[in-house]
Amino acid sequence: MSQATAQNIPLSFYEEKSAYPGIFAWIFSTDHKRIGLLYMFTILSFFLFGMSMGFLIRLEKMFPGGQFFQPATYNALFTIHGVVMIFLFVIPGIPAVFGNFILPIQLGAEDVAFPRLNLLSWWLLVIGALVIFLSLFTGSKLPDTGWTFYAPYNTITTANIPMAVFGAFLVGFSSILTGLNFITTVHRLRAKGMTFFRMPLFAWSIYATAWIQILATPVVGITLLLVIAERFLGVGVFNPSKSGDPLMYQHLFWIYSHPAVYIMVLPAMGIVSDIIPTFCKKPIFGYKAIAFSSMSIAFIGYLVWGHHMFTSGMADLARVVFSFLTFFVAVPTAIKIFNWTATLYKGSIELRAPMLFALSFIFLFSIGGLTGVMLGTLNLDLHLHDTSFVVAHFHYTIFGGFGFALFGGIHYWFPKMFGKMYNETRAKWAWLLLFIGFNMTYFPLFLAGLEGMPRRYYDYLPKFAPYHFWSTIGSWIMISGILFMFGNLLHGLLRGEKADDNPWGGSTLEWQVPSPPPLVNFTTPPVVNKDPYDFSDILKKRNSSPTPQDQEDKGGQ
Amino acid sequence: MSAHAAELAVHEHKDYTGAKIGMWMFLFTEVLLFGGLFLLYAVYRAEYPQGFHQGGLHLDVFLGAINTIILLTSSLTMALSIAAIQRGQKGLAIFFLSFTILCGATFMVNKYFEWSKKIHHKIYPGSEALAKYVDNMVEEGKVPPQQKSGVLLFFSLYYLMTGLHGLHVLVGMIAMAFILRKLLKQPFVHHRWNPFQKQELQGCRLVLEDPNGQTIWKSETFDETVKHVDVEFQYYPAPKHVHPDDYVALENTGLYWHLVDLIWIFLFPLFYLIS
Amino acid sequence: MEHHDNQQHLISYGTYITVWLSLLILTGLTVAVAGVHLGKYNVFIALLVAAFKSSLVLLYFMHLRYENRLFHAMFLVVLFTITVIVALTYVDTLAR
Repeated sequence: MSQATAQNIPLSFYEEKSAYPGIFAWIFSTDHKRIGLLYMFTILSFFLFGMSMGFLIRLEKMFPGGQFFQPATYNALFTIHGVVMIFLFVIPGIPAVFGNFILPIQLGAEDVAFPRLNLLSWWLLVIGALVIFLSLFTGSKLPDTGWTFYAPYNTITTANIPMAVFGAFLVGFSSILTGLNFITTVHRLRAKGMTFFRMPLFAWSIYATAWIQILATPVVGITLLLVIAERFLGVGVFNPSKSGDPLMYQHLFWIYSHPAVYIMVLPAMGIVSDIIPTFCKKPIFGYKAIAFSSMSIAFIGYLVWGHHMFTSGMADLARVVFSFLTFFVAVPTAIKIFNWTATLYKGSIELRAPMLFALSFIFLFSIGGLTGVMLGTLNLDLHLHDTSFVVAHFHYTIFGGFGFALFGGIHYWFPKMFGKMYNETRAKWAWLLLFIGFNMTYFPLFLAGLEGMPRRYYDYLPKFAPYHFWSTIGSWIMISGILFMFGNLLHGLLRGEKADDNPWGGSTLEWQVPSPPPLVNFTTPPVVNKDPYDFSDILKKRNSSPTPQDQEDKGGQ
Repeated sequence: MSAHAAELAVHEHKDYTGAKIGMWMFLFTEVLLFGGLFLLYAVYRAEYPQGFHQGGLHLDVFLGAINTIILLTSSLTMALSIAAIQRGQKGLAIFFLSFTILCGATFMVNKYFEWSKKIHHKIYPGSEALAKYVDNMVEEGKVPPQQKSGVLLFFSLYYLMTGLHGLHVLVGMIAMAFILRKLLKQPFVHHRWNPFQKQELQGCRLVLEDPNGQTIWKSETFDETVKHVDVEFQYYPAPKHVHPDDYVALENTGLYWHLVDLIWIFLFPLFYLIS
Repeated sequence: MEHHDNQQHLISYGTYITVWLSLLILTGLTVAVAGVHLGKYNVFIALLVAAFKSSLVLLYFMHLRYENRLFHAMFLVVLFTITVIVALTYVDTLAR
């Protein structure tokens, strides 16, 4: 087999001819790799847009009192920042990008189960995003509800909320179709010998995520449709002036949106579980425990939504019950963290760029997770609810968790996706800037929140000034880190050296196909007869070759 | 080596179990979509039992029961249509499927009359006449004042849930019409492939074999003058012009239709039978 | 593998008709019971009958009975999810 590929290397999926010309070869392609890259460029553009909003929010809050914007504009800024980041960047996020590009190859499949449906989900995301952006300019003012669209303000405000929530509904539909596709793919298209317990942990995490996408997203779908119905059809299920109960909106919203935070972070944990063994050259510690903890996070994630509503007038009994249940989420999460650290123990650790992102994920997500436990504690939450402590907490989990894992994943699979290599020294510098900037931006918000700084406030008392000042300075460092990172990746994409098929010595199936992969992933269907993180072959090969840098040797040939 | 690869590429992968898993997943999302509304119903009904009771008095049990029977019957004929196509009885399948569509249409006509009668009497969400009417109920002592919201919520949910359900009936009918058209069309199957790479083809030839390995047809050997190869052929599948594609599509449409029926099985007692 | 997997289980026309008749009888039953005043129990009986009817539809019309265990497990997961959602919401609204 290896001889055959050496004789005539199959064309990569980039070079393969398409039925459509130009850009249409991408936006009408049903190839999972092209769709994965489409998603990547789409959501990263949304990220840069959302990041600019975040930059403006921080700029406004650098000093007490109004600086650059009117208070109403500020309300719109944090609403748009939240909606774009949550619905258009983080929720499609990793499943849409790497679930599409990497998952089928990791399972030894040619494509996902329903390729055309897969393309439809990308289109739904794009159309949903256009609808959301259109909603900004079609109301009498910019949306100012916050990303949660709480009732009854969502029907009272004159901003074009119905259109915005319809866009979010379309994006949700896209998410459902993606989940449906991945569950079917995992059940039906695993290669011969790839049992459930030989699946890489990234595949496990995508599988668990897909279940949440299927079971939670429809609930928010109907909730958003009800918001539209309230506005136009005169029904009143949430609006108290029309006999509805606004708390029911919050229940329905969080029944989806709490599990949705696991849509965000489970795939991130999957990436970290794949990166760490590769750079320790050691089987992951507690494979089954990590796999099952993904499933149990997905499950427990359903039982805890009420902790977003501790101060909203829920029954005392419910507050106690939800607080109690919330603590259980910490258990499977801790299992993962302990297993990752145990994998590091006595591993031959290589601090390559993806590994730095993975390690900082563990550090940042632990902070985010532990502060989450604090917020889940009923009596403490009464003090901290709606303060900037909450803002810091979810930025540590979503950005420190999801964001760092996504960037880590991009650095990890970049050579596979593009067949090129970025400059690793610069990648490490970018990581350092990002890491320092991130902590400088968000850590002061913990302290300010503890002292009572409310979230979503335009102005604040002078005693909070130092926190906000340093946080804004931090945001500049963070953004320069991000821009530097993207610049480096872009440079790698255009000018980078040709990458090896397996530059990191990874053991999962995607490293056994050429970089970039051919249109038909596997010329012969792979047969799997070993565990996903079995590095014995790779280590044997490495030890037998005298120079470890066979990358250079190959380049010279 | 390369001939082997080409052979594998041509081997077409049709996974009917996979298609069914996908369809069930989709049904689950539908269940949860309605689940949100059922949750609202559950909460509000527990809070306003008398209000819901008064609202329920305004629904026509007879019409509701007739619609239930229509939907149950349509589910039967849908199932029979699939049973028929599994046995290769295509004509029968087409008959049952058309009957199912007809049932769906009848259901919608009934629904139309039911809704228009109510809207004619100004019973719809947001109507001022309805609000006044409910106020009268309170004055007459039919509904305790704190249960007043229940009547309004009842009608909101009634319109939302039966409306969304009606929308699903329509979608189901459209899907069935598509399948019907597919079944009525000339039943040949048409395939196209061009998965080959030039290098792989060198010195190979294309062979068509029957299941016993007998060669039916073979092409010339490809040499370097061949630029690329497109394979395209049509055939009539046995038995009796029914292709497996037909029944997986029919079966999935059937699953959707049964789900519409399932939801109605719950809507009927929850709205019509609580007075 | 495809051939064995995609084997259709044939259910007789008679079975379908029997199921349909049972569904009609149950519909009659639920209408009849609704007329009797049983207070709180009315809704439970109505839901019980509806649950029974829907299991008939699921098991026979939708062939769930003849599908493999995966389909059963997936269905139970969904059922469980809905139960959890309603139950936990009730913990709030009934105790308020």
